[in-house]
Amino acid sequence: MNGLKYKVVAGPEGFLPPAAASMGVELPEAGQALVEGCSVCASEGLQKIAEKLVGAENPVFFPGPLILWNWKDGVAEKAVALKELAEAVGAKIIPMPDYRPKYPMINPAIEVNPNHPNLTIWHNKIDVCVFIGVHCHYANVALKIIRGGTNCYTIALCGEAGHEDAMVSLRDAGLAELKKLTALVRKLKGEV
Amino acid sequence: MIEQKVVTPEYLFFEAERKKQLMTGSEAVREAIRKANVDMAISYPITPQSESMHLVGDIFAEGYVKEYFRGENEFAVMSSVAGAAMAGVRVFTATGGPGTMRAFEVFPTWAGARLPIVCAFMTRGVNSPLTIQPDTIEMAYLLETGMLMLHAETAQDLHDMILKAFIVAEKTDVHVPVGVFADGFFVTHTKETLEIPEPNIKLPSYNPYSSPVPPMDMENVPVRQMRDPFVMKSNFISYAAHASWQQEVDAAAERSRKYLETYLGGLLETENEDADVLLVTSGTAVCQSREAMAIARAQGLSVGLVKLKSIRPFPTEEIRALATRARAIIVPEFNRVGWLAKEIKSVIDEPRKVVGAPRVYGGMTMPPEIILDEIRRVTR
Repeated sequence: MNGLKYKVVAGPEGFLPPAAASMGVELPEAGQALVEGCSVCASEGLQKIAEKLVGAENPVFFPGPLILWNWKDGVAEKAVALKELAEAVGAKIIPMPDYRPKYPMINPAIEVNPNHPNLTIWHNKIDVCVFIGVHCHYANVALKIIRGGTNCYTIALCGEAGHEDAMVSLRDAGLAELKKLTALVRKLKGEV
Repeated sequence: MIEQKVVTPEYLFFEAERKKQLMTGSEAVREAIRKANVDMAISYPITPQSESMHLVGDIFAEGYVKEYFRGENEFAVMSSVAGAAMAGVRVFTATGGPGTMRAFEVFPTWAGARLPIVCAFMTRGVNSPLTIQPDTIEMAYLLETGMLMLHAETAQDLHDMILKAFIVAEKTDVHVPVGVFADGFFVTHTKETLEIPEPNIKLPSYNPYSSPVPPMDMENVPVRQMRDPFVMKSNFISYAAHASWQQEVDAAAERSRKYLETYLGGLLETENEDADVLLVTSGTAVCQSREAMAIARAQGLSVGLVKLKSIRPFPTEEIRALATRARAIIVPEFNRVGWLAKEIKSVIDEPRKVVGAPRVYGGMTMPPEIILDEIRRVTR
């Protein structure tokens, strides 16, 4: 480390970008969010996410198994809220149904995989993507690969502790946060 | 078995009333596991670890551990605990010396699979001719396996570190194995007075649904397929995924620092840290260094002590800051290769300040006088 604060920004950053955590970026405390490596209050993080989604040319949501499968109480409601959010943004949804590597068999038009997410981003020319419902390890693996090889802006709506390797990351993101985000998006688009 | 109440980790670690008890390090392991709400423990005997896992077997018989069995050998044990952790249960094992070596292939896969296994290593020599005596050389081999490494000075440390290790290991943003190391015989087979909470309380159970990887049901799709290894192909896509995966394991260790600060009170602790000469070490070499420091200070020498509690993650910034002030850094070690001195040299600006001595091995003890010799040498 050279003493300069490491910035988590859209790439392509290079051949093998480092893990942001190894460059001194720390996960946000409760009530905080991470924006490009810096902790901010959660409401500021929500606003930044809404702005990025509304300003994107081709935003895409990548829902993972934790929200694709109705495996515990509250997940179905969260999935419905996510669909409403994607519709409010005008974004596509490309699922990450599981984590086994599928290269070279993957059809990047219809799914994304954490071990080679860049293929789906390149194929679909995605400029902003949102991870939600992806197990934290696999999200982090994918987020670094995206930062390394693409210019896609990454957002992580995490139900746990958040992600240093995303450009914007919420922690403890639940149903309420999704609804707030939808309201913010509609407000920015002048629909309310 | 007495009825146990689930309490918060913070209550068990910091607030619960503690009572004094005289016991060995092996018995301290038993008392830690009694309160750790462990689902499964798997054992294979090797001196000086055998007694501790035997005692864990005793409390399994009493009902404090839900499942317990003996594996075929250490490789089988370490593979079995991996399977248990993948399935989403809290698991404990222990080994030492040649047992560590025999199981070695499995250790890096624990971290790579993000398994929050806690393993106690009762360290001993691994060389030929055969020795069963204390030696910390196996720690040198384990440094880059991705597991967190805590080094106990005393049986009290061993008891407390094992309990805290489960909680740190199971944090969603950490979720890698923790090795708790104790110097064989010196800690495991000697008695000291511990202060420990009553056995009527225990840690909350592990929640596998907050794991950063899905718990695995080995028998059923699609979960089974979710944890398949990468396709072993020679292409950049595969290499990049492997690289990012390994970076994420290192990142997990970085994230553990804040939890170790909270639960251990820091990755290291100091006595007289502004002294001209610092004795920097870990494990039972700390006890001997403390004795040497006391004698040296009584003779008017400016000597301080740095006790390293965490080896992985390594307290890089803390040591760098301490090294700036010190004129010399003496690193006493119970091994031949001086792995700790190398670690310290690698992170400070002036590695020539580091004196990699005294070193004893093969079961030798470390009298404070040989540490004093080094202190006198650097203060001449």
